Amino acid sequence: MTGRQSRSRAVAVTGIGIVTSLGAGREENWRQLAAGRSGIRRIARFDTAGLRTTIGGCVDGLGLESPSAAPFISLAMARAVAAEAIGQAGIGEPGRFPGGLFVAAPPLEHEWPQRMRLAERAPGDRSRRTYADLFTAAGQDSGDLHYDFCNGMIADRLADELGTEGSPITANTACASGATAIQLGVESIRRGATAALAVGTDGSLQVEALIRFSLLAALSTANAVPEQAAKPFAKNRDGFVMAEGAAALVLEDAESATARGAEIIGYVLGCGEAADNFHRTRSNPSGDSIVQSMERAIADAGLAPADIAYINAHGTGTPENDKMEALGVHRLFGQHAERLAISANKSMIGHTLTAAGAVEASFTLLALRDGLLPPTINHVLADPAIGLDVVPNQARRAAAEFALSNSFGFGGQNASLVFGATPGG
Amino acid sequence: MDARAKPWAKPWHDEGGCFSDFDSVSRQRQGVLSVTNEVWITGGGMVSALGDGEEAQWQGLARAAAGELAIDSRSFPPFHIFPIRDFDLDRHIPRKGDQRAMGPLMHYGVAAAGLALAEAGIAGDAALLGRTHLIAAVGPGERDEAVDEQIMTLMMGESAGAALLNEQLSNNLRPTLFLAQLPNLFAANVAIVHGLVGASRTFMGEESAGIDAARVAFERLAAGQGELFLVGGALNASRRDMPSIYHCGGLLLTGPVGALWDRPKAGICFGSVGAFLVMETRAHAERRGARPLARLTALSAGRCRRLPGAAAASADRQWRALQLAPGPLAVISGACGSGPITREEHDFLAGLATDGMTVAARGTAAAIGHSMEASFLANLFLAISCLRRRCLFAPLAASEALERRLDDGTVDRVLVTGWGHQRGEGLACLEAAA
Repeated sequence: MTGRQSRSRAVAVTGIGIVTSLGAGREENWRQLAAGRSGIRRIARFDTAGLRTTIGGCVDGLGLESPSAAPFISLAMARAVAAEAIGQAGIGEPGRFPGGLFVAAPPLEHEWPQRMRLAERAPGDRSRRTYADLFTAAGQDSGDLHYDFCNGMIADRLADELGTEGSPITANTACASGATAIQLGVESIRRGATAALAVGTDGSLQVEALIRFSLLAALSTANAVPEQAAKPFAKNRDGFVMAEGAAALVLEDAESATARGAEIIGYVLGCGEAADNFHRTRSNPSGDSIVQSMERAIADAGLAPADIAYINAHGTGTPENDKMEALGVHRLFGQHAERLAISANKSMIGHTLTAAGAVEASFTLLALRDGLLPPTINHVLADPAIGLDVVPNQARRAAAEFALSNSFGFGGQNASLVFGATPGG
Repeated sequence: MDARAKPWAKPWHDEGGCFSDFDSVSRQRQGVLSVTNEVWITGGGMVSALGDGEEAQWQGLARAAAGELAIDSRSFPPFHIFPIRDFDLDRHIPRKGDQRAMGPLMHYGVAAAGLALAEAGIAGDAALLGRTHLIAAVGPGERDEAVDEQIMTLMMGESAGAALLNEQLSNNLRPTLFLAQLPNLFAANVAIVHGLVGASRTFMGEESAGIDAARVAFERLAAGQGELFLVGGALNASRRDMPSIYHCGGLLLTGPVGALWDRPKAGICFGSVGAFLVMETRAHAERRGARPLARLTALSAGRCRRLPGAAAASADRQWRALQLAPGPLAVISGACGSGPITREEHDFLAGLATDGMTVAARGTAAAIGHSMEASFLANLFLAISCLRRRCLFAPLAASEALERRLDDGTVDRVLVTGWGHQRGEGLACLEAAA
């Protein structure tokens, strides 16, 4: 099927499930995204009194009791997107998925409601609470506060319910996690697996996480009009908007997918990654790591930079990321940078953190499928230092054969994926 | 032989719930990539309650065998922990800025990674560091316990409410502490301190994270998807924010410390560990003149629904796939100490002693505590220590038949098990370097 080495064989995507603040379902999300809608709202889930950032992309309506917590929200979304993706792919049987499971999920821990539940139950002097008090309460009838808060819980439950093969993996490379899950799945297929399920999910928009990002000055504070706060590549961009979301992709060996007559949405052609060890939160000013991530993905796809027509940017809307990503694009693509389009889904769905790489990979595949590039909305003030066609404000019809999706993680873990409407190469 | 064709592999839905495990042990894999490279361990590093470095682990195991246990039953009541010993932070992480950017969890990992890279002859070699793939297994870093206790106390009072919580968190959380808590920063810190710029991934998920970190590296090396890996994990037992979750599950030992193999369900004692290994293909090692510490010949991660006996059945399939010849068999066991599953593993291991197979196990959690994500990696390290010396360290459980002695000089293969407290059964086979 391809002339490339076995180690870089194309992998078909035969099912996609998506949930974001734009809504539930692959096509519903794609419709809203293409129409330039935003899912960012004023946070109603908890009281934001006194907080610098009061907006986010919450996914509610999952039928969970309130207040919920990251484990339950993340699991509920993961179940929904996995079911949607597997349903489309028509692979295996219910409860028996013929491949491994690779999950990108946020770290789980007791949150303030759980902590206070233990604190309130502990005996002794109620005017003071310590961890010793929590231990006393924990030892008494708190069985439901164990397993659900273990880091492997989401992957574990999904593996049980979907009947995936082998040991499920929970990966976390911060904002690159979703891409890492896809990459792990692709690698397993290139090693001989028939199929893999890659899931990215993040339902961690609760008060402490919001405050922690806020304390790092990473979040937009443009609360007045929430839909307009996320401004990737714009001159007045002021940070990212925290959001929830999930996506699942059914990955299959391209030849087997074709042989069984599967409907193929698109192909994963290449994966690349590079660690930036310059600083814990800032990129190397040379842009080397970003360039390497993209370059390696393109090389793995058996392509050259000039073959890429569209980039689904990491595009968080922080002053730093967008500048560095643009720099990296110019360095790698040279003159070709003038001809390619680059847009940021995060302008509409916010930053879905651990899920982002998988959610945005899904949108990239749909862009190729339909020959339609989603816009970067809220692009009112262009930044001359970016110097790229960011598909401002309106989606655009453009047939593209190959696209690149970037995910650059906090802590310097950069990942890029190359997708194709065809197996290419 | 195609793993899926193995007659003893039963599909998931059968009673007993064993997986048909396509990840099953392999010396030979079929598939798109038919390469099967030999995998060597060329460096290792470990810090623990036994001390700092390889020699310290070996001496510490001897002390433990003599009854001198590195347990601290006073500092984190009502739990028993195995705290880190003789850890020289300045030696491992010279720059103060780096030290302050992380908590003890990440210190232990960064230290162990440094020891492994140094032994492998990779430290300081920019070309090699640039091509080293890092896979780390870890949980979240330390919370600020004082802030948590202050907030908890205030939230018990009359002014408790969202506004108070918001104000307390906003004013009292140190901004950069977040970076010490995000699990992926563990790998980032290893990369920053040691100059790695290759690929970097972090796995979460308790014991399975460590097993799968090693497994993915092993499978990728065998299949030609990478030539050089640094794999490791860490745990900090000296913290209060972590035990709550497991204590809620009735898993942590609070009574007197009994023999590892005889504890109740509430039988786990955490142990502080940092453990890293350098794994590479034989061809890559030989090209650069690196010597092997051991050959990693098999590594699998089984999984089943934990009905009684299911874990043993899962492990049994992994065991049969190894097809090991009879003879002395050292087993470094990651048994966690939680009674039912630890007893099931005990009986499974004892049952392997048939037809000339002499099984001698060591439950290392008795000496170093249980280190969750780092556990399997720590036990791989200790297994390699045995292979370096061709002997198995003295029994840690005095009157336990399973922990029999093996004659010095007879140990040329070691199994490592990793049965998670909740889920997952890992198995590795290490053989002496030629």
